[in-house]
Amino acid sequence: MDFSFSPEQDQLRTQARSFLEKRFPAARLAEIAASKDGWDRASWPELARLGWTGASIPEAQGGAGLGFVEEAIVFEELGRALYAGPYFSTVALALPALACAPDFLARVASGALSATLASGPSVEARRAGDGWRLRGETDLVPDAGSVDAFVVHARGPDGMALYLAERDDAQPLVRVLDTVDATRRFGRVHFEDHEARLLAAPPAAAKIIASTRRRALAALALEAVGVASCALALGVEHAKSREQFGRPIGAYQAVSHKLADTYVETELARSLAYWAAWCIAEDDGEADMAALAAKAYAAEAAVAACERTIQVHGGMGFTWDHPLHRYYKRALWIESFDRSGAAHRAEIAQALLGGS
Amino acid sequence: MDLRDGPEEAAFRATLRTWLEANVPAGLRGFRGWNGAAALALGRDWSKRLAAAGYAGLTWPKEYGGAGKPWRYQAVYLEELARAEAPQHLGVIGLGMAGPTIIAHGRPDQKARYLTKILSAEEIWCQGFSEPGSGSDLASVRTRVEVVGDRFVVNGQKVWSSFAHIADRCILLGRSATAGEKHEGLTYLVVDMKSPGVEVRPLRQITGEAEFNEIFFTDVAVPKENLLGEVGGGWRVAMTTLSHERGTFGFALAGALDVAVRRLVALARERAGGDALVRDRVAREWIDLQALRYTNYRALARLERTGAPGPEGSVAKLRWSEANQRLTKLAIEIIGPEAQVADGDGAPAYWRYQQLRSRGNTIEAGTSEVLRNIIAERVLGLPRSR
Repeated sequence: MDFSFSPEQDQLRTQARSFLEKRFPAARLAEIAASKDGWDRASWPELARLGWTGASIPEAQGGAGLGFVEEAIVFEELGRALYAGPYFSTVALALPALACAPDFLARVASGALSATLASGPSVEARRAGDGWRLRGETDLVPDAGSVDAFVVHARGPDGMALYLAERDDAQPLVRVLDTVDATRRFGRVHFEDHEARLLAAPPAAAKIIASTRRRALAALALEAVGVASCALALGVEHAKSREQFGRPIGAYQAVSHKLADTYVETELARSLAYWAAWCIAEDDGEADMAALAAKAYAAEAAVAACERTIQVHGGMGFTWDHPLHRYYKRALWIESFDRSGAAHRAEIAQALLGGS
Repeated sequence: MDLRDGPEEAAFRATLRTWLEANVPAGLRGFRGWNGAAALALGRDWSKRLAAAGYAGLTWPKEYGGAGKPWRYQAVYLEELARAEAPQHLGVIGLGMAGPTIIAHGRPDQKARYLTKILSAEEIWCQGFSEPGSGSDLASVRTRVEVVGDRFVVNGQKVWSSFAHIADRCILLGRSATAGEKHEGLTYLVVDMKSPGVEVRPLRQITGEAEFNEIFFTDVAVPKENLLGEVGGGWRVAMTTLSHERGTFGFALAGALDVAVRRLVALARERAGGDALVRDRVAREWIDLQALRYTNYRALARLERTGAPGPEGSVAKLRWSEANQRLTKLAIEIIGPEAQVADGDGAPAYWRYQQLRSRGNTIEAGTSEVLRNIIAERVLGLPRSR
């Protein structure tokens, strides 16, 4: 029994934090959010060179052959930095299905390809010669405007299956939506007889979707822990330096106890998120429950951390110029994805209490 | 990172589990507190059995009669005790607080005299720290410790002392000097509870039962050799006692919460399975339990690496106490007016008692307010609030 990271894993975290702090200081967030693309494309090959996009990809495909615990460290650090590229989409949402196409895995590991998951029962797949064609529309696809390819969960002749559609510049198939978190935008993807390749037919597709969901929930919990830690640090910093009535406001318990609660919730969220990460890495029987618990708890903890820190900052925390609202918006994005905490608790209750 | 037991831990757990199945006395199964003489008599016998089987002082050094095992074994022990709904050793104050303090600060003759009898439950210890005027502000204690000839004389009043009514010895923090800094005038003694001038009065609490006591000391003579540390050096010794209170304390708390959540799930299944609001609240409590459990595992990894408990101990106590209050309240809400009827020993009586008892959880062993101050000041580095 040892719930701690290895020295190599600690080193990965140190490397990630120092790279991200230099490359994406908080001052750059506004610039990135306001940019047309909403991210810094040049950063993707850098992430690949650091070994992050291929962390869990087998060495035979150019990856590092590590596991979800290493990816978990990267997710948390990217959450801290509010990274605006499609790492979550590629590594959490697309990678499990891409494992059916080793040539694509190699491209992800090398940084040549990013991808996301587009789910929609209204997309239909039909056979066309050796390949497949997709037709239909999916909504709320994360990072749709940034990625090079789409893993599409679509209706095939035998039921819901997984297909891969590469982005085709000739077709304006993506409409990027004006998203509250401008550093992680949703898009609407329209497939008009788009060429595709079959990744997994039913029933294998359902298994891949279930494992993708676990990874996504855990990844978001880890990102949420990063966001919450950063919001807490901003709150503490402000409470130490801002003086009113002749004392730093952090000396008042009405302020300090709010921050203490944020610390407690962030640490509990971290414990749940690491637990979920380990369960997924080890394919443990508790992985589903752990991922649900971690996402439900950590997302709410991150939202609450940001809300308390906004309050601690007073009027300044309410302004557009202060970076706090960007953390808050990421936390809200995370909380909303794959439904809110209440829905996940309902699933947990189902497992504990049986049918309602 | 590996959350599974290693082969030796797994073997220890399996042996302990089998041992518990065979040895927990029927009268102590589903244990809910040391209330009444019958429970205490069973408790002494139970504690002796635990000691004889080698389960007392798991983390104590072998030279003092302990098992000299790493902290993780204490964690497994507490988890398995909770799983079996069996009580801990009656001498928790001796094992968890007085003993480690004597190991850290005691002289060889003190170690020889006290430690084995703590393990064997031959001597039960209590703690004389809090006073009517000194709760959260422990350093303000006023019980007087005077040097008179070749001994100390103690006068004063202590309160909230568990086990004092059955205890043989007391670790006492008193004031030996009134001038100077308040932390520097404190002295730490071992007091024989059978000494003339010691009077114990049980404190009847909100549940109607008495787990705690007041202790009155009137001209109690204490031999010089009962001093722990130095005259005026009591604060440092007391800090050792309190840090040990937080060592694997989290595992005992998570164990208790585990029992409570299991019972809550059973209750909700039986009586409120279809109520969406109840379902949401049960799921929340289950999640909080997991959060506490895995925070304990992280704390354990740190404790084993550094030897010092981290801030997670305060986190665990704070969250456990609040979780236990919410959870027991939910249980009596599910039961309805029946939970307001005190007789019987079924689920309503159990939850009625637990809910009232839980109100003490956010007060005993550090109030939630003090724990939040500790986190704010020592962990987050915020300025002192006073």
